[in-house]
Amino acid sequence: MTTANNLVQGLLLGGLYALFATGLSLMFGVMRLVNLAHGDFAILAAFLALVVVDGTGLHPLLTLAIVVPAMFAVGYLLQRGVLNFTVGGDGLAPVLVTFGLSIILQNVLLELFSADSRGLDAGAIEDTSLALGRLNVGWFPLLTLVTGAAVLAGLQLLLARTRLGRALRATSDDPEAAQLVGVDHRHAFAVATGLAMATVAIAGIFLGIRTTFSPALGPTRLIFAFEAVIIGGLGSLWGTLVGGMVLGVAQTLGAQISPGWGVLTGNLVFLAVLAFRPSGLFGKPVTT
Amino acid sequence: MTTLDPDRADPADVDRAASGSPAAKEPPPRVDVERATAASRVGAVLALLAVAVLGTAPLWARTSVLRTLVGFFTLLALATMWNLLAGYAGLVSIGQQAYIGVGAYGLYWLSDSAGLDPFAAVPVAALVAAVISVPIAVLAFRLRGGYFAIGTWVIAETLRLLVANTTQLGGGSGVTITAVSGYDRQTRIYLTYWLALAVGVGAVALTYLLLRRRLGLALTANRDSETSARSLGVDVYRVKLLVYVVAAFGCALAGAVIYLNLLRIQPDAAFSVNWSAFMIFIVLIGGIGTIEGPIVGAVLFVVVQETLTQYGSWYLILLGLIAVAVALRARHGLWGLVAERTGISLFPVRRRLKLPPPPTPGGSR
Amino acid sequence: MSIGRPLLDVLGLDAWYGDFQALFDISITVAEGEVVAIIGANGAGKSTLLRTIAGLQPRTAGSVSFDGAALAGVPAHRRVGLGISMVPEGRRIFPSLSVEENLLIGAQARRPGPWTVAAVLELFPMLGDKRRRGGSQLSGGEQQTLAIGRGLMANPRLLLLDEVSLGLAPIVVGRIYQALPAIRAAGASVVVVEQDIGQALGAADRVYCMLEGRVALEGGPAELDRDRIAAAYFGMRA
Repeated sequence: MTTANNLVQGLLLGGLYALFATGLSLMFGVMRLVNLAHGDFAILAAFLALVVVDGTGLHPLLTLAIVVPAMFAVGYLLQRGVLNFTVGGDGLAPVLVTFGLSIILQNVLLELFSADSRGLDAGAIEDTSLALGRLNVGWFPLLTLVTGAAVLAGLQLLLARTRLGRALRATSDDPEAAQLVGVDHRHAFAVATGLAMATVAIAGIFLGIRTTFSPALGPTRLIFAFEAVIIGGLGSLWGTLVGGMVLGVAQTLGAQISPGWGVLTGNLVFLAVLAFRPSGLFGKPVTT
Repeated sequence: MTTLDPDRADPADVDRAASGSPAAKEPPPRVDVERATAASRVGAVLALLAVAVLGTAPLWARTSVLRTLVGFFTLLALATMWNLLAGYAGLVSIGQQAYIGVGAYGLYWLSDSAGLDPFAAVPVAALVAAVISVPIAVLAFRLRGGYFAIGTWVIAETLRLLVANTTQLGGGSGVTITAVSGYDRQTRIYLTYWLALAVGVGAVALTYLLLRRRLGLALTANRDSETSARSLGVDVYRVKLLVYVVAAFGCALAGAVIYLNLLRIQPDAAFSVNWSAFMIFIVLIGGIGTIEGPIVGAVLFVVVQETLTQYGSWYLILLGLIAVAVALRARHGLWGLVAERTGISLFPVRRRLKLPPPPTPGGSR
Repeated sequence: MSIGRPLLDVLGLDAWYGDFQALFDISITVAEGEVVAIIGANGAGKSTLLRTIAGLQPRTAGSVSFDGAALAGVPAHRRVGLGISMVPEGRRIFPSLSVEENLLIGAQARRPGPWTVAAVLELFPMLGDKRRRGGSQLSGGEQQTLAIGRGLMANPRLLLLDEVSLGLAPIVVGRIYQALPAIRAAGASVVVVEQDIGQALGAADRVYCMLEGRVALEGGPAELDRDRIAAAYFGMRA
C-alpha cells in the first residue's frame, strides 16, 4: 500500500521536476546553451516571492503575477547582456560563464538571506489531500503536476502556432538565415531565455511552497532538471514530463527502501538510461 | 621508407625521398623544426632552481607555510589536470571532485583496511581512480558540451551518495586516517610536503611531456577543429579517453595528498563541487590552454585565499565575477595577456619552422 | 523596363574574413527595375559582396547605400524592413518549419506589397501540394523555389539571389529563371550571382564579372563577347 502511495507521490513529484526541466530544455533547444545557474535562478525566484510575501502579505501563489514577469526580464537581460556573447564559438564560454553565475548567485543569496532554510506558506492547500480509494493524493502536488503539464502545453502551442514561436524555431535552426528574413536573432535568443526564466520562477515558487529552500539548493535542482531532460530524451518537451515522472518515482521508491537512497536511486536510473538508451525514452537517436 | 615523425625526420630527407633522384636538381632549402626558445631555456633553468629551492623548504619554513605550500602544489596539480581536459581536449568537466574523493577514500581504505603504508597507498589509490574512470568516461562521453559538464557532476554526486551510504567508509560523518600514526609528526609533515611537491611538479611535467609528443599535436588539432582533426585520421575518441584517464589519475593523486595532509575526510567535503570551482577559477584566470596558465593562476589563488578567506562569501562572489569577466573578455587569462604581448613561451610545445636565409643575388636561379 | 536613379550604390568596398581580404575597392550600382548579374569563378568574392549588401559581413570599409541612405551600422534584420531581401547560397530552408511556415516567416518584417503566400504559390505551383510538409523534405529544386518564395514574401525592392542554379538540373534552373520577369514586374530589382554564365547573360540587363575580389569587367550582355568574358572570368592575360 505504501508502495502504491509512493508511486503516486513520485508521479506527482514528476510534475515539479518537469517544471524545472522545461526551461533547461527550451534554452538548449533554441540556443544549444546549457545554463548551469538554472537551479539557482529558481531559488532566486523563491526568495523574490518570499520578499513580496513579507512585504505585502500576499498569498505565495499570487506572487506569481509579480515574480514571473520579473524573472522574464532577468532572463531577457541576462541573455542580451551576457550570454549572447557566448553563443557559438567553442562551447567553453557558456559553461564557464553560467557556472560562475551559479557561484555568484548562491553567495549573493547567502549574504542577503543567510543559510537558514525558508518556506513559502500557502496555507491549507499544502496539507489537504484527496482520498482516492486507499490512496492519498495531496492537492498541492496535484496542482503542481497540472501546472507542469499546462506550462509544457503552453510552450508547445507558443512554438507551434505563433509568430514568435516560428521565429524561435527558425532562429534555432539557422540564426543567420533568420536574420535574412528579418528576425532579430539576439532578441529571439533573449526571449527564449526570458521564457525559460519565467518557467523557472513558477518552479521555484512551487518548490518553496512544497518544501523548504536555502541559497545552496540550486545545484541539486539543476541536476534533477537535467536528469529529467536526459531520461525523457533531448528534443522532446513531453518526454521531459515523462522523464520527470520517472525520476520522481525512482527517488520516492528509493527513499522507501532506505531514507538515504532517494536521490541516489534517481541518479542510478539516470546513469542506466545513459548507459542503455542514451537518446532517452522519447528522444531522437544519438549519433556518436 | 623514411619515417615522417616530425620529432625526428630531417625534412630535407623527406623531400628527397619524395622527389626521386637526389642529384638531378638543386637540393631544397633546409628547414629546421625546433621548439625551444631563448625564453624557454631561461625558464627551464629558473624552474629547476625554483623546484630545488622549494625542495629544501622543510629545512627553513614553518609548518604553517609548509601546509600552505601543500595546498598550492595540490591545487596546481588539480588545475593542470583540469586545463588538460578543458583547455586541450575540449572536455569541460565539473565533476573532477569524483576522483579527488576516490583518491581520498582510496587512501583511507588501502591504509586502514588493507594495511598499506599510507604514502605508498597514494599512487595505488590514484591507479584505482584511473581504472574506474574508464567506464565512467564511456558513459559520460555520450553527452556533449554543457550536458557533458552536468553529467560529470551527477557522477560525482552519485559517488558522494554511495560513500555517504556506506558505513564501512564512515557514512555521512566521515573517517580519519589513522595509519599515519606510525610516523612522528615532523616526519609525516615533511613526507607529505615532498609528496605534494612531487605531485605538483609531476603533473606539470607530465602535461608538458604529453603535449610535446604527437598526442599534443592531436589534441591541439582537435581543440581547434574536431571535424578537421577527425578527417586527418586523429582518433578523437581514444585521444579524449586517454586524456580523461590521465586527468582522473592526476586528480586522485592530488586528492589523496590533500587528505593525507588534512587527515579527516568527509564525503560532502571530498566530493564537493567547490573543488571544480577552484580548478576553473585558477585555470580561467591564469590562462586556459597553456601550461604556464595554471601555475600563474594557482599562485594568485593561494595568495587571494590567504588574504580574503575571512570575508566568506564575498571572496567567492569576487572570484565568480572575475571568472565571468575573464571568460567573456580575456579568454586567455593572465598568462595569455603576457604571452600575446611578448610572445614568451616558457613551456614551448609549438614547433616552429626555422627557414634558411634567402639566397644571395648572383646565386643560381 | 524603366531605368531610374541608382537603387543600390556600392562604392569602394573592401571586405575581410579575419586577416584575409576578400573584396578590393568594389563599386557597382543597381538601378530601379534592373536585373544585374554578377559572374565569376569560385572564390571571386561574389557571395561576399551579396552578404555585405545584406548586412552579414562584419569587417568592411567603403560605402553601401540603398535608396540614397547609407547602410553602415544597419543590422541585417533591419535591412529586410528597408526592402533588401537575400536568398542565400545553399537555400538554407528552415528544417523545423513546414513549407507554408517557411513562407510565412519570410514576411516577418511585415512589409506591404503584392507578395503573399497565395501569390508565391501561383508563381511556383509545385509547392502548393506540399504546404504542410517539413521544409527539408523537398527536392533541391523545390527547396530553391521555396527559398526564393521566402525571399519574395519580404516584398523587397532589391532581391539578391545567390547561386540559385547550384546543384540543380538545367530544366529546373530554367523554370526558376522564367519567374524573373514576374518578380521584376511586381516591383523588385534583382541581383543575380551565377556560375551559369548562359542563364546570367540571358536574364540580365547588365553584367559584372569579378575576379579575385575585384570587378574585372562590366557591361550589357550584348557588348560582351565570349573572349572578353573568358579573360575576365579566368584572369587570362592576352
